[in-house]
Amino acid sequence: MRVTIMSKTLGGLLLLLAASCSLAADWSLADLMQQLGQKKAGTATFVEKKYIAMLKQPLESSGELAFTAPDRLEKRTLKPKPEAVVLEGNKLTLERSDGRKMSVNLADRPEVSAFVESVRATLSGDRSALERYYSAALSGGSEQWQLNLTPLQPRMQKVISQIRIAGGHAQVRTIEFLQADGDRSEMTITSTSTK
Amino acid sequence: MKIRLHKLALGLWLALMLGSVLVISQTRFVADLSAFMPKLPSARQQMLIDQLRDGAIARIVLVGIEGADEAERGRLSRLLVSKLAHNPRFTSVQNGDAQTQQRDQRYFFDNRYLLSPAVTPQRFTAPGLHEAIQGTLDAMSGDAGLIVKKILPRDPTGETLHILDQFIGESQPASSDDIWVSRDGKRAVLLLQLSESGLNTDAQAAALEEVKQTFASLPGRHADSRLVMSGTSVISVASRNIIQSEVERLAIMGSLLVVALLLLVYRSLPLLLLGLIPVVSGALVGIASVSLGFGHVHGLTLGFGTTLIGEAVDYSIYLFIQRAGGKNPSHFWRTMRLGVLTSATGFAALMCSSFPGLSQLGLYSISGLLTAALVTRYILPGLMPQQLNLRDLQRPGLLLQKILDGLTRLRWLMAVALLAAVAVLVLHQQDIWSRQLNALSSTSAAQNKLDAELRGDLGGNDMRYVASFSAPDQQTALQLAERTRAVLQQLSRQNIIGGFHSPDELLPSIATQRARQASLPAPAEAERRLRLALQGMPLEADQLSGFLADLERARSQPLLQRQSLQGSAASVLLDSMLIRRADSYLVLLPLKPASGETIALDKVRAALAAQQLGQVTVIDLLEETTAIFDSYTHEALLFSSLGSLAILLLLCVSCGWRQAVRVTIPLGCAVLCTVAILDACGIQLTILHLVGLLLVVAIGSNYALFFANKQQLGSDAEQRQVEISLVVANLATVTSFGLLGSSSVPVLSFIGSTVAIGALLALVFAAMMARIGPRALPR
Repeated sequence: MRVTIMSKTLGGLLLLLAASCSLAADWSLADLMQQLGQKKAGTATFVEKKYIAMLKQPLESSGELAFTAPDRLEKRTLKPKPEAVVLEGNKLTLERSDGRKMSVNLADRPEVSAFVESVRATLSGDRSALERYYSAALSGGSEQWQLNLTPLQPRMQKVISQIRIAGGHAQVRTIEFLQADGDRSEMTITSTSTK
Repeated sequence: MKIRLHKLALGLWLALMLGSVLVISQTRFVADLSAFMPKLPSARQQMLIDQLRDGAIARIVLVGIEGADEAERGRLSRLLVSKLAHNPRFTSVQNGDAQTQQRDQRYFFDNRYLLSPAVTPQRFTAPGLHEAIQGTLDAMSGDAGLIVKKILPRDPTGETLHILDQFIGESQPASSDDIWVSRDGKRAVLLLQLSESGLNTDAQAAALEEVKQTFASLPGRHADSRLVMSGTSVISVASRNIIQSEVERLAIMGSLLVVALLLLVYRSLPLLLLGLIPVVSGALVGIASVSLGFGHVHGLTLGFGTTLIGEAVDYSIYLFIQRAGGKNPSHFWRTMRLGVLTSATGFAALMCSSFPGLSQLGLYSISGLLTAALVTRYILPGLMPQQLNLRDLQRPGLLLQKILDGLTRLRWLMAVALLAAVAVLVLHQQDIWSRQLNALSSTSAAQNKLDAELRGDLGGNDMRYVASFSAPDQQTALQLAERTRAVLQQLSRQNIIGGFHSPDELLPSIATQRARQASLPAPAEAERRLRLALQGMPLEADQLSGFLADLERARSQPLLQRQSLQGSAASVLLDSMLIRRADSYLVLLPLKPASGETIALDKVRAALAAQQLGQVTVIDLLEETTAIFDSYTHEALLFSSLGSLAILLLLCVSCGWRQAVRVTIPLGCAVLCTVAILDACGIQLTILHLVGLLLVVAIGSNYALFFANKQQLGSDAEQRQVEISLVVANLATVTSFGLLGSSSVPVLSFIGSTVAIGALLALVFAAMMARIGPRALPR
């Protein structure tokens, strides 16, 4: 009987201990990636603002985003000028309003790859793809996290100094590109459906 | 009297030989693609030929560096470029390095106001500027924003974007560490442009050799790195080399084989030398007449010449063996004359071909055979010793007679063979003909594979559709190109074509450049308009001072010339579209299909005609080459049939229809069985197989004729002499054509294998059918 009480108490203590541990531990990159990786597909709308030193006001564009795991990402800009970027596997296709298309093989263009993976690898929770091009630093918690990506390649560093991705749970809410020349762009994402 | 005649003949012969040698010493020998091109081309075929000869295609060399590791390949690629860049043999040497890329970017950026099709007076009014700048800002807000941002201060109207727009959708070579690499990353790739056109194979060969040597001597080169090259020039140089070495090999081997055969039969050096006289005379006269008739001699003709050795030597064989008794039966000469005539008839049919390779063969063979026959008839008898010391052929003769008698009894086998042949042909009917021109090309499958790979690596589109025209001078050519472009642009919008390129994208005509320059406002006015245009925009005129300065400079900048592109990748593209020829300019505009594979060319032609651009020819290169080949095949079928018919008529007229039938049946069987054998071996027939069949008829008829006529010779012993001479002659023919059949040059091997099989069958069948031995006659 005593033994049972003891064991129960011990069990309860251990449970408590475990709970307090998980509270204290940082919300780890692995956890975030695991959570993001659960998503199979999603659509969203976006508004992107580009702050450029030469211009008095930011340039604004908006449109739709669609993601299908593991590697399809589509960004369809509707305003001010319709165009689309479709990323599928290793192929990046630019579609213009007049219907002309231009395809780039990512394997041929490492710097474009780096750029593209910042978003795609984050959305699909592909940590190894992400860390191939960036050193990642995570802050915040599951509810509200921010992932700072710093490019590893010198070529990429010349263009982008940092990418800041923020969100809550498995939802990405903003993506900010800080350019090496001081200009920056900020994309706000509003999810419309998730699977 | 007879001696004087003989001396006259001898003198004539010597003069002829001397003349031939003189002609040959002045002869140009070629081994390019010209043998495959029609003699009297249509306008569209002419375009195709121009393309192959003068076109940039013929000057492009695709180079790959394989082996070692990526860093080493990159180093070698850079070194090779630096070594070849200033070599006058090359007009362009590229590996995608940053320097060349910058040169191209500079050309387009610095000259944007002369190059951009968007530059019009309207665009540089205040509202025009407003609209253009807004367009650039919109582009900046989009996915290419990072790139557009860079050009905004100096090019706010986005002219550079308009220029680059024309090249959108072009596949570019992959690059790694700033140089081009293959898709799989396993080789570094380079693009060379030779200074010399495809007309000068020697110079191209020397340039290619120089690339190889330069590569081999690159300092510190890893031993396992290697160079691969492809392109039209590489292929034509390689096939020329193959043809040259083949011709030498065939000539040596052919001579050796025939000499060995003759020695075996005659066992006498003087007779051997005498026997070779008609052969050598025939070959010399043959080459000299082709040289006189065509202005040059193709290597293939020379390769084919070895078969003449086999045929011409027959005549002396007949003469020596049949006249070993010292008699001079007049019907021997009659039979031989008929034999020569039938052969010549067959070759005459070849001469009518519009396929220059074949008509050269025809002329060569006719003149060669006639010479050999005449020499045998009029020169050899005088040189022959009174008493021929021929070895006794009594025993082999008797043996042979036994075999032939056996064959005669096996006559039913011919019917079986015939039935089998028909069965094979009926079952395989569909794919008996090959329609591919490259079935005749001498390049190996490995070379073709490499070519396809390198083309893929370098992002080259295989040009299938081309709009082309010629113009007397460069400006007229460019102006016509501009007018054509307007039509093509319309077609592109209607999705009839997917895209196109025109030389004026890279180098507008002087008139257009002047018009664009005139569209640009003077500095003060430009600034006023810009301020107006920028009202309500997030941009200040002061930030665009670079733009105003560039506008001012553009107004007075020197107009672009062809030299302005020197050293850029764009210059290679321009060279491929604007080709300078001796007295005119050839313009080629590549067209891309909109979707799928094909373009409705009739619509393109109609649209061009509607704009009075009827002189622009639109061609489908694939269809055109196939059509040329088809026309050769049809023509070959026609002249082979006519030739065979002529031979039969000749036989009928000279020896009566009964005899003709006895000669024809074994020939027909031999032809059918040869086709069936080739078909059963999985070989698709080409025009050259057809030619081979015609030769089977021409040569085979000789055997049948001698067999059929021999009973007129009288005694059994004499008949045996005839038979043995026939078999020896046949062996000589089969050997020399068989040797040709072993050649790695398809043109030669096709004819060779066909004739070797056919001639052998013709002899066997003729022995079965035409031979009327005493024992075969009904008792």
